[in-house]
Amino acid sequence: MEGLVNQLPIGLSIGAVLLLIALGLTFTFGQMGVINMAHGEFIMAGAYTAYLLQDQPGGFLGSLVVAFVVAGLMGLILERLAIRHFYGRPLDTLLLTWGVSLVLQQAARDLFGAPNVQVASPSWLRGSLGILPYNRLFIMALAALSVVAIWLYLNRGAQGRRMRAVMQNRQLAAVMGINTGRVDQRTFFIGSGLAGIAGVALTLIGPVGPTLGTYYIVDAFLVVVAGGLGQLRGAVLAAVALGLLNSYAEFWTNASLAKVIVFAAIIGFLQYRPQGLFVLRSRALT
Amino acid sequence: MRGALAGRAIFVGVAVLALVVMPLLLEPFRLGLLAKYLCYAIVALGIGLAWGQGGMLTLGQGVFFGLGGYAMGMYLKLNDAGGDLPDFMVWSGVDRLPALWEPFRNPIFAIAAVLVVPAAVAVALGILVFRQRVRGAYFAILTQALAAAMVILLVGQQGLTGGTNGLTNFFDFFGHDVAAEETQRGLYIVVAVVLGVLYLAAWQLVRSRFGRLLLAVRDGEDRVRFLGYNPATVKTITFAISAAMAGIAGALFVPVVGIISPALLGVVPSLELVVAVAVGGRYTLAGAVLGAVVMGYAKTYFSEELPAAWLYLQGALFILVISLAPKGIVGLLRRRGHEFA
Repeated sequence: MEGLVNQLPIGLSIGAVLLLIALGLTFTFGQMGVINMAHGEFIMAGAYTAYLLQDQPGGFLGSLVVAFVVAGLMGLILERLAIRHFYGRPLDTLLLTWGVSLVLQQAARDLFGAPNVQVASPSWLRGSLGILPYNRLFIMALAALSVVAIWLYLNRGAQGRRMRAVMQNRQLAAVMGINTGRVDQRTFFIGSGLAGIAGVALTLIGPVGPTLGTYYIVDAFLVVVAGGLGQLRGAVLAAVALGLLNSYAEFWTNASLAKVIVFAAIIGFLQYRPQGLFVLRSRALT
Repeated sequence: MRGALAGRAIFVGVAVLALVVMPLLLEPFRLGLLAKYLCYAIVALGIGLAWGQGGMLTLGQGVFFGLGGYAMGMYLKLNDAGGDLPDFMVWSGVDRLPALWEPFRNPIFAIAAVLVVPAAVAVALGILVFRQRVRGAYFAILTQALAAAMVILLVGQQGLTGGTNGLTNFFDFFGHDVAAEETQRGLYIVVAVVLGVLYLAAWQLVRSRFGRLLLAVRDGEDRVRFLGYNPATVKTITFAISAAMAGIAGALFVPVVGIISPALLGVVPSLELVVAVAVGGRYTLAGAVLGAVVMGYAKTYFSEELPAAWLYLQGALFILVISLAPKGIVGLLRRRGHEFA
């Protein structure tokens, strides 16, 4: 029973991290048809940003902001230099960005060394509230805050309205005078920036290494698949469900079976909802 | 007609090169490496079939490669152990042979498993996924997740699978000493012949009615459905064939290289083979095979000469090929050919 309860914050915080990662993926995938395998390396970049800034004034909260900008700019550069030539060819972008991710991983290895490094958690995040450790609570709050911010961005402003328009129908949006290229850039910047924030959050619960991103990218893509493309609600539900399922499957069976159970659950789920929890309705034949 | 003749001439030429010239020319170590690349080329052939012809980007061929490899490895382990437990089980404190291992004492069962198990897994996944019209990038993501799950499963079941170390230290291969030069030479020939036979079979498949249907599914799945065919069946069959090919490759890989371990079949090795197919040229079967061999050599060469630069190079090569030459080496050669013709 005690284990059952203890698993809860672990599952929820993993879900929160997955959510932060998947938010960027689901919008770049849904809006541009881009599968960005280098997204995992933006997480890694965010984590190393926190590592570099840990002794600087402004501390941990400052590094969240810097990591958002660093990862966001990396995403923007990637989009401008390479990805924009491949819109609507998801499989090619997948392979292309995997090449980018290899290069970025090796660059991290050369810059920071192959061994993992540890980021000291700020003192105010040590300790716990009942069964809820502060650091995991903080990650959940961070994810919740990001979701609220994204929701406001999407639904309460001109930029978000344009973004939704492009996601629903790119050509029609362009005809209406929306600069779709600029919308794509913003989406990429924000999505990649959120990965950077996820990276900072991960430093609270584990060490940082050049391959940090690869541990989360596959699960984050599963969140996108289960939640539905470009769906904020879908991503939230799927990420929490996947995080909890993962941690409870590990608890009840063992770590090696957990991933298989999660995989089977996703395949089973797709039998009922082949396009994920929520689907953007359109008249086009998909 | 001229094209078909030229194709046959090239095939015969490559076959002579592989079966006669290479064994005479290469020292045993290099021949062993080539045998390894040819194993990868068999997997690549399957990827070429599923992805190039059928449009199914499978990022989990390592899983099927591993299933074939472990099936063969389990037989070899039991054969080496005689009536006893395989060595790694003794080390990890297993006192009875697990039930899963029992049938693998029989070589015929093991060889059948090499083909049947990967194909069965592919059919199961294919039916569940394709019937629901889950495709394209979704399918790619799911196969990648399968590869990730498989690795974690294998690593976790130490007593059953040898964990991270996998299955290794083989001595006897159907009555031959695995380490002996003669055996390795023979194995090379076997791998080359198997690759040639599978290549011809795949080529026939692509030329057949079924192959045309497969191409049609790739280019317009909905139209094929409107014509009254079931694309899910076509895709599932093709996926199963490509999985069986990967299984065969894994089974041959085990005696050639002497090990099968989780590191050889995870997300990264699976993707590397897809990369190789893209580099060679995904739209032709020859391109897939060529890509696997070229990338194998490139990897060995650069890891020996410039280990730090390999990942940069691989990444850069990949970016360049996808953006500048989506049809790969074969595409470049063809274009050059047209200029001269």
